Amino acid sequence: MSETRWNRKHLLGLQDLSADEIRFVLDTAHSFKEVSMRSVKKVPALRGRVVVNAFFEDSTRTRMSFSLAAQRLSADVIEFTEKGSSVSKGETLVDTARNIEAMGVDVMIVRHAAAGASELLSRSLKCSIINAGDGAHEHPTQGLLDLYTIRERFGKIEGLKVAIIGDIANSRVARSNIWGLTKMGAEVILVGPATLTPKAFASVGCRISHDLDAVIGEVDVMYMLRVQNERMKSAQFPTVREFTKLYGLTWDRFQRCKKGVFVMHPGPMNRGVEIQSDIADGESSGILKQVENGLAVRMAVLYLVSQSGKAVSADS
Amino acid sequence: MASILIQNGTILDPSQQLQVKRDVLIEHGRITRVDSAIDSKGIKNVIDAAGQYVTPGLIDIHVHFREPGDEEEETIASGSACAVAGGFTTVCCMPNTKPALDNEAQIEFVLRESERVALANVLPVGAITKSREGKELAELASMFQRGAIAFSDDGVGVADSSVMRKALQYIKMFDGLIMQHCEDHQLAGGAMHAGLVSTLLGMPAIPAEAEQLMIARDVLLNRTIGCRYHVQHISSAFSVELIRRAKQDGLPVTAEVAAHHLLLTDESCRTFDTNFKMNPPLRTQADVDACIAGVVEGTIDILATDHAPHLAEEKELEFPYAPFGIIGLEPALALYIKALVTPGHIDWMKLIDMMTVKCAQIVRLPRGTLKEGSVADVTVIDPDLKWTIDKEQFVSKSRNCPFHGWDVIGRATHTIVGGKLKWRLN
Repeated sequence: MSETRWNRKHLLGLQDLSADEIRFVLDTAHSFKEVSMRSVKKVPALRGRVVVNAFFEDSTRTRMSFSLAAQRLSADVIEFTEKGSSVSKGETLVDTARNIEAMGVDVMIVRHAAAGASELLSRSLKCSIINAGDGAHEHPTQGLLDLYTIRERFGKIEGLKVAIIGDIANSRVARSNIWGLTKMGAEVILVGPATLTPKAFASVGCRISHDLDAVIGEVDVMYMLRVQNERMKSAQFPTVREFTKLYGLTWDRFQRCKKGVFVMHPGPMNRGVEIQSDIADGESSGILKQVENGLAVRMAVLYLVSQSGKAVSADS
Repeated sequence: MASILIQNGTILDPSQQLQVKRDVLIEHGRITRVDSAIDSKGIKNVIDAAGQYVTPGLIDIHVHFREPGDEEEETIASGSACAVAGGFTTVCCMPNTKPALDNEAQIEFVLRESERVALANVLPVGAITKSREGKELAELASMFQRGAIAFSDDGVGVADSSVMRKALQYIKMFDGLIMQHCEDHQLAGGAMHAGLVSTLLGMPAIPAEAEQLMIARDVLLNRTIGCRYHVQHISSAFSVELIRRAKQDGLPVTAEVAAHHLLLTDESCRTFDTNFKMNPPLRTQADVDACIAGVVEGTIDILATDHAPHLAEEKELEFPYAPFGIIGLEPALALYIKALVTPGHIDWMKLIDMMTVKCAQIVRLPRGTLKEGSVADVTVIDPDLKWTIDKEQFVSKSRNCPFHGWDVIGRATHTIVGGKLKWRLN
């Protein structure tokens, strides 16, 4: 039914997308989710296309999710993983990517430790680029699968209150969710220690709080972020113990949450640090749903960027 | 040496506060006559400067010529060619070469190479510390005697307060000049200005306080020492305030600002274009406004390019990994005009003052004047010439310029160094 057309060759971030475009991806994902229910979990949408996973930074679930999504669309999938900066080997990122592209790649999925790496490649290459995480900048498919999961749970996104808790400063997941959620009409509250919750986010419509207990009773979604030691230049809070004490989702805090609260986490989680195990595994947890929906969302994104230039709508 | 007569131009000489139509006669490397209607009979080289300004040769006390070490980016020869193409007759080159200009032999090398190239006067700035490591003082007095015009560890500031104190004391001994790249080491390490844009981009960032901390520290260290101290490439609002206060206290502090800190903000980094990555980083509009105000009131003494060549392949990297810096000598004059003169912040006399005599005063160079008898470093400028900045047309070996494609007004048409025409606009 949607009138929206998708005209993007790349998906670099949710900051660029309109609410209509986001809704369109979610609707497209919904139609792909059905594929996963079939006994033969495959459609020919990308038959003959080549999709490469170009991962310049460690990842397990995102890479597997993209691989599987591409395979379910019948694309040929190749994997490229190289840790660290390609500069150290004497070849630039752009050169490495151009070499991969020369093998006839249609879509390149890029994970990289540097903010802006996907955008750099989108300017330098001819193929479609999907950003699978660039530094602390964006992780748009994570944002989309989170939106999908929230919409699936509540039937809507608009009007919901979502607390994103933890290391906002170093989180690309937080940024993509902030853009996605605010565009879709949710209220976003960023909660964490002052060193990890930049005030600048207030200017894009977020509320900022350093007191989790003060907001816990009013939010519909508790989005727990992973404490990312690898992305912190130096310790931004005194100890993990103190972090857990102030910002961990403990059983005690969980009891004081709004009834029907939905608990989310992008993974991989540090059990006992930002989230207590029995909550992560409990009925309020959407964690495995997120992973499951990630597949459908990534199928939708792969499909849409591959069709760019052609008219696409949800019912096509 | 052939004589040169510059006819019909308007003299713009801040050293004499002179703005008047006069001809200029250059003989034997010196300005021998400044007068109305000088007879051109018998003079082969006559420049018709009708409608143009005739100014003292422009001076830029902050350039990087990359030699020795990174000659693929720029050399003293190619950098000198950029200088005269931009109207500059004298430049001071920074010591962050490989190896650093931290001893007499290196100073001598730059001076000799400059002489051999014979385009602009290239004056070397010696490193404050050995290998610019901030640990031990380099042989400052020896470099000074050999011709080092000033001292700086540019690229980094001197982090250790005790080393900096010693440097101020030691350089004060021979009344030398320190130029400091002001950046606190602990707060450094980012790729752009710490603010709204860096937060939204998730980019490692350098807060303005990094610059301010080092200025404040140095001013404090220098209170009882009184060494001549120059703040390089000032970029933030409170830095201007710190210098204003230091000047009010009568301290020997001067400061420079680059064109990009008068024209661009951190908003430009949103596209991850590394031609907008420089150190100090592009900051906010409030910082730009404060720098302009600092220029207008004289807190900021001079303009300097921080000409920093890098190859395209070095710049075509992930934003956090790309090197800092942009080239600046060739478009500098037009950019200063755009930032300061066209909007009416300052007039031409003040602009040329900040590009000539003030620079000469800071580095104690007997240049920057059109007085009869002085060395004939002269620039002829067409203030109305409209042109488009095209990085492909630069004589620099590098192309890292964020102003590519900008329409600008005003350009040097003739550059005369030591009485010889070194460049003319075709």
